[in-house]
Amino acid sequence: MTGESEVFFAKALLIRSFEKELLRRYGLGQFKGTVHTCIGQEACAVGVMAGIDLSKDVVFSAHRAHGHMIAYGCPLDKLAAEVMGKPSGLCSGAGGTQHLHWKNFYTNGIQGGMAPSALGAALAEKLNNSGAIVTIFIGDGTMGQGTVYEAFNISSTLRLPILFVLENNHIAQTTPTNETHASSFCQRAAGFGIDSRSIDGNAPETVAQTVGELAKQIRISNQPAFLELDTTRLGPHSKGDDTRSRQELEEIAKRDPIPRLEKLLPEDQVSQIQESVRTQIESAFEQLN
Amino acid sequence: MSRPPTYLEGLQRALHSHFENEPKAVILGEDIVDPYGGAFKVTKGLSSSFPDRVFSMPICESSITGMGIGLALRGFKPVVELMFGDFSTLAADQLVNHAAKFPAMYGQGVSLPLVVRTPMGGGRGYGPTHSQSLEKMFLGIPNLSVVSPSLAHDTEKVLTNALNREEPTLFIESKTLYPLPIYKGNKEVSIESLAHKDGYPIAIARNYSPDQKPDLLIIAYGGASLPVLETLEHYKEEEIHCIAAFPANLSSPPLEELATLGALARRIVIADEGHETFSWYSELSHSLQQILFGQLEAPIQHASATCELIPSNFEQETEVILSKAKIEAAATKALEW
Ligand SMILES: Cc1ncc(C[n+]2csc(CCOP(=O)(O)OP(=O)(O)O)c2C)c(N)n1
Repeated sequence: MTGESEVFFAKALLIRSFEKELLRRYGLGQFKGTVHTCIGQEACAVGVMAGIDLSKDVVFSAHRAHGHMIAYGCPLDKLAAEVMGKPSGLCSGAGGTQHLHWKNFYTNGIQGGMAPSALGAALAEKLNNSGAIVTIFIGDGTMGQGTVYEAFNISSTLRLPILFVLENNHIAQTTPTNETHASSFCQRAAGFGIDSRSIDGNAPETVAQTVGELAKQIRISNQPAFLELDTTRLGPHSKGDDTRSRQELEEIAKRDPIPRLEKLLPEDQVSQIQESVRTQIESAFEQLN
Repeated sequence: MSRPPTYLEGLQRALHSHFENEPKAVILGEDIVDPYGGAFKVTKGLSSSFPDRVFSMPICESSITGMGIGLALRGFKPVVELMFGDFSTLAADQLVNHAAKFPAMYGQGVSLPLVVRTPMGGGRGYGPTHSQSLEKMFLGIPNLSVVSPSLAHDTEKVLTNALNREEPTLFIESKTLYPLPIYKGNKEVSIESLAHKDGYPIAIARNYSPDQKPDLLIIAYGGASLPVLETLEHYKEEEIHCIAAFPANLSSPPLEELATLGALARRIVIADEGHETFSWYSELSHSLQQILFGQLEAPIQHASATCELIPSNFEQETEVILSKAKIEAAATKALEW
């Protein structure tokens, strides 16, 4: 158990530190455009990637994907360079924060736009008999897009090996989700005949275990599954655009996954991990100084 | 035996060969499986020969198109059929923000061999939302090819070239041309094919003998080729020497070749089936004018649909859409300038 927590803590802290460094450099004017961090949601990324087969599964995500990419195993230096718009980046600087590609991982900046591509990729894996599945991350705000429901219908009808992961941080940019969505997301997916579950997204052990079970089930049955992760966006949407009250932010900060994981580990192990993360971040950004 | 294939048969043959030669070929669309074989029968027979690779989809043009993108990203050679070109608006986000973006944006050798086929054009009384020529909405998008064969093209070759080029391509077919035999020429009009480096030939039609000089060049593509060919036949009787050029690549037209013909004829009409203004013809006449400034006898003229809704009523529709009468009116203007 300690072994698992150690890995989750190390990866979550790596993501957190990487994104804090990005925000720091953005503040210094070292790059332009935008940057979407997943501060507070790291456990979702870490847990999901621990539950799928990184050697062959295909992953799609959207604008808030640094955490997913790091947990997937993407080299930090290339990711940092890409977000900062450098020619040495993953996509030669053409992509920036929200248009990323490495190995079997693809992101784009159109909310819900990747759902059809994910279906196509799932059909490809099915036709290839590869045993690989497709995972697609979407946000709660993106549940407003028609393509998502087209994807529920098609994946269920064509029996496609796809896992929909909804990271429900209860806010879309500045709009609280309960102002724009009236019914349960899980029930919506279930209405298409999809096995749907909702769990705490800030507990990586639970996320990893549930994703592991669902992934196995999808591989055997070629039926889609839907997993809602209840999580917390502790930072702004992008840079300084948080309209929530201080009180609300303090309340959700209590669910921060990183201090929780830290408490599970002995102090010396925590400092070892912190030291190792510091070194990794330094070397990732060294080329960009 | 000697009857040339129809526009439709050429397309059917191209799809069959693609499926025979390419194990990664798949097709997705609405109502495309046998016995129906698609609203315009382009996929007829395909699902009987290749049952595992023809997918009958629910009515959701954006997902059908996007699935083609996902399949192409992951090594397949997909074709997507949109039942009517008017529905391409529902696939626009997938074409513009996904298909056209991924290869250049992701770099690292990502290719996207996707052909999205759809019929455009009026003339069949289908009314306002089933008769438009909306391809101009997709012109000028970097890394998205827009292609359309004319009646004087070997449609099998044009579609095969689109499939072989392995790039995101919107392939425009013509509802009115589907049942017609490929135009191979007759005693009034001769046809030749001019090769181009992109593999998309320019079909050339001529109503005079090669040792004579043309009075007029008409440029058109796709369904507009039919009234243009009728104009050439009519002008044969009038002894107006007319040459027509039908490029198949609309998004990257063969400017040099067209300008050479334009310099020879010195009078040019461009015809397209879209609504007038902000059109293929306006962009093309701008480009040709850059090359031919000072060499023409008249400003470049155009013929197109008027900028109005396309009614179902036959007489009213005829008024609005492109016609031989509109082409000849434009030609007269150029000739009498
Ligand atoms: C089609 C589209 N509409 C709007 C936007 C602008 N936008 C980017 S992120 C975002 C909020 C998305 O919210 P959600 O899906 O909940 O994801 P989160 O940001 O919370 O991770 C918006 C409105 C966009 N990128 N794409």
